[in-house]
Amino acid sequence: MRKAHKRNHLLIHILLIAGIAITVFPFLWMVFTSFKTLPESMQIPPTILPESINWENYKYVLNVLPFGRVYLNTIVVTVITVLIQVLFCTMAAYGFARIDFPFKNAIFIVLLSILMVPGQIFLLPQYLIIQNMGLLNTLPGLFLPNLFSAFGTFLLRQFFMSLPKELEEAALLDGCNRFQIFGRIMLPLVQSGIVALVIFTAKFAWNDFMWPLIVNTDPAKMTLAPALSLLKGQYATNFPVQMAGAVMSVIPMIVLFFIFQKQFIEGVAQSGIKG
Amino acid sequence: MSSKNTLQSTRKKPSRRQKQDWFAGYIFIAPVAIGLFIFYIIPFIQNFWFSFNDVNKFNVATFVGMQNYQDLLKEPDLILALKNTFLYALITVPIGLALSLFVAALLNTKIKGTYFYRTIYFLPSVTMAAAVALVWKLIFHGEFGILNEVLKLFGIQGESWLTNPHTALFCAMIVAIWGSVGYNMVILLAGMQGISKSYYEAAELDGASPARTFFKITLPLLSPTIFFVSITGLIGAFQVFDSLYMMIGPENPAFNAVKTMNVLFYQNAFMYGYKGYAAAISIFMFVIIMVITVIQLIAQKKWVNYD
Repeated sequence: MRKAHKRNHLLIHILLIAGIAITVFPFLWMVFTSFKTLPESMQIPPTILPESINWENYKYVLNVLPFGRVYLNTIVVTVITVLIQVLFCTMAAYGFARIDFPFKNAIFIVLLSILMVPGQIFLLPQYLIIQNMGLLNTLPGLFLPNLFSAFGTFLLRQFFMSLPKELEEAALLDGCNRFQIFGRIMLPLVQSGIVALVIFTAKFAWNDFMWPLIVNTDPAKMTLAPALSLLKGQYATNFPVQMAGAVMSVIPMIVLFFIFQKQFIEGVAQSGIKG
Repeated sequence: MSSKNTLQSTRKKPSRRQKQDWFAGYIFIAPVAIGLFIFYIIPFIQNFWFSFNDVNKFNVATFVGMQNYQDLLKEPDLILALKNTFLYALITVPIGLALSLFVAALLNTKIKGTYFYRTIYFLPSVTMAAAVALVWKLIFHGEFGILNEVLKLFGIQGESWLTNPHTALFCAMIVAIWGSVGYNMVILLAGMQGISKSYYEAAELDGASPARTFFKITLPLLSPTIFFVSITGLIGAFQVFDSLYMMIGPENPAFNAVKTMNVLFYQNAFMYGYKGYAAAISIFMFVIIMVITVIQLIAQKKWVNYD
């Protein structure tokens, strides 16, 4: 019995490690190739590890595209999107979850219906709004529509709903107003929900592709994802240069993920339970 | 503060205190409500209106009735785009789900290192699809791709997978499955861990095999989570764009062969400038997604277990 158990565990580990190899291989290949020279990358049969660590491809990417600029754009867009979207969503979530006012449910249902519509429906009119505001090829054009999120509002509302009513009642009797209650009492209690939304939003803003591809065509105003497409177009057969760009694009999210892995994974796990 | 009190007093005249509360409520929801209204609700209506119009490059709309929808039915690529979209969704979602369930089941045992495994499996879902598509493009490459080198070891002569119209879409499916397993596994594993231990203890007493326990206990009790994963997966699969654009791309001859509904929309809206027509395509996609969601909601009564 004992022995069978051990054998089973060994089998499970073997299966899981095989899966890990498939999961990780593309990342390793990306890194290995980014250090190869162009001729080495086209060698048949290919080398697995690069013959030497060569940083030329990284230097090259930084020089050909205004990659430093693109990097900074992506950071700015991500930070602004996260800060403002999370602030607005938290406020609205509190309003919908804890305050009674006329037409509350009607407004909530209208906003919630946005979640059921595929994103393409909004894309063309949103593009025209940005165009009319003269914001094509600017950073605000990239983040403006993403400052408002029905998903985030709904997610955080679930967290506020689960808090006991007594907390607020006592504070109201003590003469606190709604804004004080929100800031001092409620916000600290929904921290885990806020962290989950910060992660979702940061991941989305950093990796988003279709919207930035459409609104910004000027390389100096791009974010990383569409800039990679530009890099692919210009250096179609230079894989080491493309890989250097790809590595630099994925590293910040991977580092964030390893620091906050518990919050990342729990946020996703909860989306299945609460949703 | 309780809702009963509010009901009673709204029938009378609202007190000053209450009016203040209403005001506070509106302030709290104002940024999101106004922003969503401007950037989502009005665009939704406008897009619907556009689908009945010819919209020229100065964005002047001329009413054309059902013309765009009639054109869509005559669209030579419509059948292809529908076929590709359904094929993509109907292959990636079930296979991805089965693999995620398998990994989740392996991790829902008493083995060591589950935390490590879970973290690594989750990695693809935090990384940029556009960047990942580039490395897969290299892996699938006909001349220098590592895939063909590995196949050579088994005596198989590989080909240029991504420029061949018959294989390109399947390559994109493999990447999609690779990218979704970890994410769905985390959701499914959380669902599995929420199942009461008493069911498993009872099964063990009855001497049920692990496979039987999985199919008779885990799967039925997990069905709400499976439903959630499959419905969100299907909606996402119907809108696939990033990986097709980056891995195959407009300059590749196979791009036309892998055209999906979202690619068709993108080309008409932002490459050819047929805005009214593109609006009709997006409404058409919306209707398909709605119909499938409704079918799933009806079908779930037969297999999803909510107690």
